[in-house]
Amino acid sequence: MALSSHIRIRDLSVSYGDQDVLKHVSLDIPDRKVTVVIGPSGCGKTTLLKAMNRLLDSVEGARVTGTILVDGEDLYDPKAELTHIRKKMGLLSQKPQVLPMSVFDNIAYGPRIHGLRDKRRLAALVERELRAAGLWDEVKDRLHEPASRLSVGQQQRLCLARGLAVEPEIILGDEPTSALDPLSSRIVERRLIELKSDYTVIVVTHILRQARRIADYVAFLYLGELVEHGEAAEVLGSPRDPRTKAYVSGEIS
Amino acid sequence: MISRRRKFEERIFKVLMLGSTVVVIGSLLVILGTVVVKSLPALRLSMLVQTPKGGYYLGKEGGILNAILGSLYLAGGATLLAVLLSLPVVLYLNLYARKASAFATVARFALDVMWGIPSIVYGAFGFVVMMSLGLRASLLAGVITVALLEIPIMARAMDEVVRLVPRPLLDASVSLGATRLETALKVAARQALPGIVTAVLIAFGRGIGDAASVLFTAGFTDNVPTSLLRPAATLPLAIFFQLGSPVLEVRQRAYASAAVLTLIVLAISLASRVLVRKFGRHTIR
Repeated sequence: MALSSHIRIRDLSVSYGDQDVLKHVSLDIPDRKVTVVIGPSGCGKTTLLKAMNRLLDSVEGARVTGTILVDGEDLYDPKAELTHIRKKMGLLSQKPQVLPMSVFDNIAYGPRIHGLRDKRRLAALVERELRAAGLWDEVKDRLHEPASRLSVGQQQRLCLARGLAVEPEIILGDEPTSALDPLSSRIVERRLIELKSDYTVIVVTHILRQARRIADYVAFLYLGELVEHGEAAEVLGSPRDPRTKAYVSGEIS
Repeated sequence: MISRRRKFEERIFKVLMLGSTVVVIGSLLVILGTVVVKSLPALRLSMLVQTPKGGYYLGKEGGILNAILGSLYLAGGATLLAVLLSLPVVLYLNLYARKASAFATVARFALDVMWGIPSIVYGAFGFVVMMSLGLRASLLAGVITVALLEIPIMARAMDEVVRLVPRPLLDASVSLGATRLETALKVAARQALPGIVTAVLIAFGRGIGDAASVLFTAGFTDNVPTSLLRPAATLPLAIFFQLGSPVLEVRQRAYASAAVLTLIVLAISLASRVLVRKFGRHTIR
């Protein structure tokens, strides 16, 4: 395959206590594509994402072996700088997690942390990100209201905009539409597809139809094992492994 | 038959529970009523704005401004000191230490033990420390002792609210590249702010009302406190001294002092309600 890739997962295993959640996963994530990780719940999808921005560090009892290389740098190198790794990865969680502050401050939080103090530039950045997220017209008069007062769909778009404000390279979505109504889900999906022109997008989902709508590349995880991966049309259209076939046809879920 | 018995049970216990609630609330009303009624003859503006004049303790002119200000300074200073120590402890236990770590468990247990220590023991301890430092009874010694009394109350109350900050919220912050400290101060503390404010005010209320811890450490004086190193009067001790007087007017003033103290605590409770609403604006529910 001639896809270029700056994220290479090699022999990644994760266990919680004596329970193996991911077993020897090796996968190259293609650049500037939407890669969708599918699989039944409990197959290790979310763990894979959490391994990628090292959120597993804060999970008690999680043990990680193997390597994840981003631009040739090993994320699990003891010398790797955590904040730097995480800044590279924008995370969109299952339930929108707005920060306990205003709409404006939610977007400005990341850039401020990374040193942007200038008020005018912050304001311009917030407006730019909100416009890009298609939120500006909806929230421009409520910038200083608590973000928690927005609708759930708006909150999720705000979270995406907040993640983009720190200029990541990779966007990780952990079932990012599972808490949203169908309309908001479509908006977020459309946005993810738009984003692949500038970012590498990795989305975890258990909704097959969503995978069909947005995926360029698909990885199928089953019981912690990477069963099959490849172009979306191939994996979803003519799977090779019987387990993938069973999952795609809806026999296992 | 059984169903009638159960219905009867239900009614009996409902009445018992309601009765207990009435007794508890009634006690509060009786206490407030007693304090107010007994203090009425002595409650006048001069009580609040004057210090004791000559012969005050025999029923002559004067007021308890010394004790009002002394108590506010003392509890204010002690609360400030307690916040400066409690907040780092709580943030450390919840955001830095592993949840199941032996250290965190021991620290929480230690706070619980400290909570249970009677305030007279803190008073005695404060007295020993004061003597060994060569201090005499002073506002400073009182502040330190009362802070010790307040810390476990404040820290445990804060701990309960910071513990409730959802993990995914913290993850959202670190995912943006925030350090743990930034996450602790800008997200966790902000999310828990209403509870933190309540914890601070509860501790202040406990600190301002405690007599035993200041008995040996803060001393008593008829003057308004002007220095950390001079003794300071406090309302609980003003009540204590005046209540033991054979003179009726002085005993009435004891109740007036109690009314003032109760009013301060009441004001704090109300303030806490208002502040919780104000600071809870951004809290994610």
